[in-house]
Amino acid sequence: MKYVDEYRSPDVARRLADQIAGLVEPGRQYKLMEVCGGHTHTIYKHGVENLLPPAVDLIHGPGCPVCVIPMGRVDDAIALAERPNVIFTTFGDMMRVPGGNGSLLEAKARGADVRMVYSPLDALRIAREHPDHEVVFFAIGFETTTPSTALTLLRARSEGIRNFFVFANHVTIIPAIRAILASPDLRLDGFIGPGHVSTVIGTVPYRFIAQDHGKPLVVAGFEPLDVLQAAFMIMVQLAEGRAEVENQYSRVVREGGNERALEAIAETMEVRTTFEWRGLGFISQSALKLRDEFADWDAELRYDVPGVRVADPKACQCGEVLKGVIKPWECKVFGTACTPEKPIGTCMVSSEGACAAYYNYGRFSRRLETLAT
Amino acid sequence: MNGREQEVLETIELRRRRKPRLTDELITLAHGAGGKSSHVLVEALFLGEFGNPLLAPLADAAVFTQGGTRLALTTDSYVVKPLFFPGGDIGELAVNGTVNDLAMMGARPLYLTAGFIIEEGFPTAELRKIATSMGAAARTAEVAIIAGDTKVVERDKGDGVYINTAGVGVLERELELSPSLVRPGDKILVSGTLGDHGMAVMVARGNLELEVDLESDTAALADLVRGLLEATDGVRCLRDLTRGGLATVLNEIALTADVGIVIDESSLPVRPEVNGACEILGIDPLYVANEGKLMAVVAPEAAEAAFTALASHELGINTEVVGQITEEQPGLVVLETTFGGRRVVEMLVGDPLPRIC
Repeated sequence: MKYVDEYRSPDVARRLADQIAGLVEPGRQYKLMEVCGGHTHTIYKHGVENLLPPAVDLIHGPGCPVCVIPMGRVDDAIALAERPNVIFTTFGDMMRVPGGNGSLLEAKARGADVRMVYSPLDALRIAREHPDHEVVFFAIGFETTTPSTALTLLRARSEGIRNFFVFANHVTIIPAIRAILASPDLRLDGFIGPGHVSTVIGTVPYRFIAQDHGKPLVVAGFEPLDVLQAAFMIMVQLAEGRAEVENQYSRVVREGGNERALEAIAETMEVRTTFEWRGLGFISQSALKLRDEFADWDAELRYDVPGVRVADPKACQCGEVLKGVIKPWECKVFGTACTPEKPIGTCMVSSEGACAAYYNYGRFSRRLETLAT
Repeated sequence: MNGREQEVLETIELRRRRKPRLTDELITLAHGAGGKSSHVLVEALFLGEFGNPLLAPLADAAVFTQGGTRLALTTDSYVVKPLFFPGGDIGELAVNGTVNDLAMMGARPLYLTAGFIIEEGFPTAELRKIATSMGAAARTAEVAIIAGDTKVVERDKGDGVYINTAGVGVLERELELSPSLVRPGDKILVSGTLGDHGMAVMVARGNLELEVDLESDTAALADLVRGLLEATDGVRCLRDLTRGGLATVLNEIALTADVGIVIDESSLPVRPEVNGACEILGIDPLYVANEGKLMAVVAPEAAEAAFTALASHELGINTEVVGQITEEQPGLVVLETTFGGRRVVEMLVGDPLPRIC
């Protein structure tokens, strides 16, 4: 497939892997965090870890949009979905995420009208087609998905569609990275920066990571060679004693980001004082809500959202996994009480979650290595 | 990798082999998706109540001997949406799907039954179109539809029309085909491009706003199988690749036969259009359904004859050897990626995909 195969060449991969191995200082162990769940998925799906030298560890970060939604918000979503006359629309991944009281998929089986959409515009179309119903869109995701929600809101306003409501759960990546850098139990050598988020916010917001914390960050694309090349670029910086923000994904990401997308977000949404993240707790100024001008489309204002806080199950260590403090298999319930078909934690649900990626794809590649050594 | 990680992985393997328990309080769409939940439902609920040695293998069709003749019997229901899609319709699917279930046991399909559950208000012209294509598909597959039933349900209590077909076939040669017969070293063949039907139906539903020319591959495979079984007696197991795709079929074989399976990503036949649509939607073609492709496990010495027999048939032009059975890592399916890495291929979990058959 053109524009895809070029980024999956095994020969180039092997050359890069050799170059990375050549940069390893003897006796040093490197921990590189890929912030974004999309990268985690790529790494496992293509077996990228197999190609890295044992001295280079990839730590899976918090950038999985499904994984960071706390259980209480899922319960809120179910409460909205179960209201009479509501058509509740959501990305497919969110349907299986367990709240305190089951998942949206189970709510659907009980009779709630829950529909999977690929885009908020699909939800708006459903609203247009069902003027006698109220259509709620479960808006989740980082800066990658936020612009499409923003544009949908602008369109809803310009078309005067009044039966469409957004349940906003959009989060922002920088506060999450700050939280990780502040985490005392973690020593990271560098970051593989999120690609899609950066197409929107650009590369400037990451500068504090290099300047204040002395860690290299390389924004990377989502093909396996992109990830490998980003790892290489970080290793070069480390070898040369540099800490800078670099852009491997320059075919898509511009330094200033996407101004139009940022404008659309700024026009429709504003920063919340605080927001709860699954496993990470409350992080101040880490999420977005609708601006007052869009109150008519705000599901949280239109409905009485229960807003119950649900404590994570005791056994679940999603927080530590999201911060990269432990590997998925080190969680006490990994693969036993918590599996992709019966997930306890969000990291086991989304294909971008570190636990699901490891369970579905990674279980064996490591075993082969053990057999070989 | 350290000892603790190894231990965790071994525990997972043990759990995967445990007899499944159905703990869900309600049936969800996942139970009908052909993946893990479907298996749990069948094994933990139906198998317990109906349990008998003929049902126990949970094969595509049951094989039994009556009056000295070995017969195969199967049934399948069709709830695909939309009813008409590029490359076929629900009627053609209802004939071919059941014919294929019989063919996978090595049987020559003889007779089908057809049950219709029709929603009040369904256009007669559309029903006629469906019946016409069922008749044509039956003639192509050389089977006769010899019994049937019609029910009409109230408006909004059905989805236009659901069809159930049952089929009976005869095994004309001394032959046993079963996942439990596969051995390390055996080769795995697929008879053509993966995922054609599933993707065609997804795109035909029209809510993805993708414009791609994709056609369902629905076809009766009995003649393809006949040619294969005539060419070699080294065939161990045949499966048609429907819900859950190649990944699910391979996992079933790995667990049933307690063998490992290694497949080579670069050898997997996938149409560029299907691959492109899958990339955009984040779906792995290994899990997407076909309705006119089969997977064959054959003895190593039979691989060449099997390949030639399949590839020389018009329904098997894109046949490829995609992998083999191994002794190592029993119960697991491993993919060697084009990129040079390795990963596990799990059974389908959940199902974001719409109804496709």
